[in-house]
Amino acid sequence: MITFKINDQEVSARPGWTVLETAREHDIDIPTLCFHPAVSASGACRLCMVELREGSWSKLVASCIYPVAEGLQVFTETERVRNVRRWVFEMLLAACPASPEIARMAAKHGVTSTRFESHDPEQTCMVCGLCARVCEEVVGLSAIATVDRGVHKRVGAPFAKPTDVCVACGSCVTICPTGAMQSIFDSIRGVPATNLTQLG
Amino acid sequence: MHNSAIAVKTEPVRLQSAEELNALRDRIIAERDPQRLEVVVCHGTGCLASGSAKVSQAFRDALETAGIQAKVMPGIKTTGCHGLCSRGPLVVIRPQGLFYQRVQPKDVAEIVQRTLIEGQAVDRLLYRNPDTGDLVFTQDDIPFYKLQERVVLRNVGKIDPTDISDTIEAGGYQALAKALTTMTPEQVVAEIEKSGLRGRGGAGFSTGRKWRSALSAIKKKGRPVYVVVNGDEGDPGAFMDCAVMEGDPHAVLEGLIIGAYALGAENGYLYVRAEYPLAIRHLEIAMAQARAYGLLGENILNSGFSFDARINRGAGAFVCGESTALFTSIEGKPGNPRPKYIRSVEEGLWGRPTVLNNVETWANVPPIIARGADWYNQIGVPHSTGTKVFSLVGKVNNVGLVEVPMGLPLSTLVEKIGGGVPNGKPFKAVQTGGPSGGCIPYHLKDTPVDYDSLVAAGSMMGSGGMIVMDDSDCVVDVARYFLHFLEEESCGKCLPCRLGLTRMREILDSFSKGVGSEQDIADLTSLAQAIQDGALCALGASAPNPVLTTIRYFKEEYLAHVQDHRCPAGVCKDLITYAIDPALCTGCMTCARQCPVQCISGKKKQPHVIDAEKCLRCGICKESCKFGAVLIS
Ligand SMILES: Cc1cc2nc3c(=O)[nH]c(=O)nc-3n(C[C@H](O)[C@H](O)[C@H](O)COP(=O)(O)O)c2cc1C
Ligand code: SF4
Ligand code: SF4
Ligand code: FES
Ligand code: FES
Repeated sequence: MITFKINDQEVSARPGWTVLETAREHDIDIPTLCFHPAVSASGACRLCMVELREGSWSKLVASCIYPVAEGLQVFTETERVRNVRRWVFEMLLAACPASPEIARMAAKHGVTSTRFESHDPEQTCMVCGLCARVCEEVVGLSAIATVDRGVHKRVGAPFAKPTDVCVACGSCVTICPTGAMQSIFDSIRGVPATNLTQLG
Repeated sequence: MHNSAIAVKTEPVRLQSAEELNALRDRIIAERDPQRLEVVVCHGTGCLASGSAKVSQAFRDALETAGIQAKVMPGIKTTGCHGLCSRGPLVVIRPQGLFYQRVQPKDVAEIVQRTLIEGQAVDRLLYRNPDTGDLVFTQDDIPFYKLQERVVLRNVGKIDPTDISDTIEAGGYQALAKALTTMTPEQVVAEIEKSGLRGRGGAGFSTGRKWRSALSAIKKKGRPVYVVVNGDEGDPGAFMDCAVMEGDPHAVLEGLIIGAYALGAENGYLYVRAEYPLAIRHLEIAMAQARAYGLLGENILNSGFSFDARINRGAGAFVCGESTALFTSIEGKPGNPRPKYIRSVEEGLWGRPTVLNNVETWANVPPIIARGADWYNQIGVPHSTGTKVFSLVGKVNNVGLVEVPMGLPLSTLVEKIGGGVPNGKPFKAVQTGGPSGGCIPYHLKDTPVDYDSLVAAGSMMGSGGMIVMDDSDCVVDVARYFLHFLEEESCGKCLPCRLGLTRMREILDSFSKGVGSEQDIADLTSLAQAIQDGALCALGASAPNPVLTTIRYFKEEYLAHVQDHRCPAGVCKDLITYAIDPALCTGCMTCARQCPVQCISGKKKQPHVIDAEKCLRCGICKESCKFGAVLIS
């Protein structure tokens, strides 16, 4: 067992756990978007940032991938942590204005409006890549990829062509935290001869 | 470059010991007459661009025709960058060391006749001291070179980088021989630790400590361990590493082999950006020659130690220079950074312990081993030992490559070595550390250029790019430019960088249009801090530096944009108007002819006027006016 502190509260963790896992185990709330216990963590959304302190030294790390260590001093609600969260939420509200899930989560953390203009009022996907990871790691296929890079990164079928690799299992739709996969789904699956989603 | 007249015409023999290396060196030195006439033509990237290949060809042709009259047939040597690229093509005549600048093929006949045959200087091609107007004959007397101290660039510009004999003559591979025959791997690591050497690629991490942690990682996980050269150099305007790889590839290679010996690595990689074909070619030639001489490959110098390396061409993205992205790229996957809570000395290439160092870092290793850590750590200042190579670009007279001891004041670099700003005024600011470094204002001109002082000023050493700005540079525009560059280079993996860089740039866009408020400046600062704290890799985390430092040091200029709707530097197009001063205008009509939208009117010999409504603010009229009559307000 490894013991350390989160918000001055003593916590214990098994070796190999992350700070986030430990916090969840102790009912300490840390917001996350790109994390799901079923797939590997990617550390992409940066909502789960926490502050590590040691004397006058301090640093922000992503709790979903930061491994626990004896004697860590973790803080989840410092000014710097909140500042990152605030801006990530403001940017998400503008990037995915059509996602009620994101609006709800942002509101829960006190962010109800954004100073940024939206480039696409219909957008819901925040390119967290959970769908692609569940497809690859859990279903064992690679029907979803991130296409393009950098600021133009999007989620879609590999090479932007609908793929017959997809078995329409719906795992990606379930895991998607923003509800975006619902509408992207058809562009990935293409339109098969029989429409599997309507069979049941 | 191939038919170098001075190459020792011996077949390479595998060297079996340090003694054989020394014997070969002695033989090369004995065979070469130190008084031999030599024409040294710079074939660095800068001089090649200004036509030096034609110059060296012209010398070959001219010497062939004149050969009968000359007592000795001069050798022609082509070398890497001499540093003073803005004066290229450069030609040096040895043994006198005469330094000719801006040499064109048409000048060659005169140099051959006057200098090589008659032994006189061609005055008009010499450097003139800008302060005194005096002619300067040799390189060492030029102020640009005088204050430099060349450790990394020790051979660059002096040797033919494609001829290993030149390297061996200059003392190349002596450090390797010393390490292999007189030092244990542990002693090599200890020597590097003691030297105080810090990484030259960005973060300035202690090289000795990095090697030491690799040793403990190896203890835990066993071998293989890899050594890797980071030659991805992606900063706009930076060409330090390029010059070293092109001009002295053996220096990098020798450093790498010594590092491999210290860590017990059998394989190494040189990751070089694909846009550097000449560097790649010279490294390939150097590696082939080193292998032929038994300095690389199986059983080096018959010591029992074997090591080989290969070159990887960079995938082209700026972020591929970041360590974890570089590893994924060598592994053949897209170069994306991964979270760094596991250090790459423990889990680098293929999950193995890996030591990644920058080109310049590796090139520092041979002199440290050859001359000792105590010699090295006397250069520079206590926490930043040794020298640093900088590429000076922007509004500075001597654009080029310089190497100075750490801790020199910024002003010495820019004003004394760089020759100051072309218009003679003080510089406005210097961007150090590349696009994600910071902007240091004139009033901090005495800042010592070392790792810690630069960080204290809000900037960083980075890899050594220095962009000098004068009063015609607008800080809002500069911050926008760098952000735009990084926005294009973001890998898009993490949210603060993927979304945040664009959002910061959008705020700056509105400032450059005169739209905004003091609150917006505060918001921009707060967003910048969130990105600094939140981004996954150092690209995103350091991207806000130019924004934060320009706001810190040039707040008034930001306020001028948003409150007075004015761009003091006259750069932001939406905030400036062009007008013609009737007192200065001669009515020559040049501007009217050049204006792309024909919005300048006026009769011949009468003052002209610009129609502000139609004006594109392209600035062509201002550039074309010989009388300085076009003004910006
Ligand atoms: C976006 C980004 C780009 C980088 N580019 C380079 C580069 O072109 N060359 C380099 O040597 N280091 C670069 N680095 C730094 C490397 O990650 C790494 O720290 C360095 O190569 C280690 O070598 P050193 O300790 O000798 O400096 C970059 C870092 C980041 C975050
Ligand atoms: S579709 Fe959903 S799961 Fe996939 S990247 Fe977009 S937001 Fe994430
Ligand atoms: S900071 Fe930028 S470059 Fe680095 S991982 Fe995040 S998105 Fe990619
Ligand atoms: S949940 Fe940790 S980075 Fe997204
Ligand atoms: S390339 Fe010739 S001096 Fe730099």
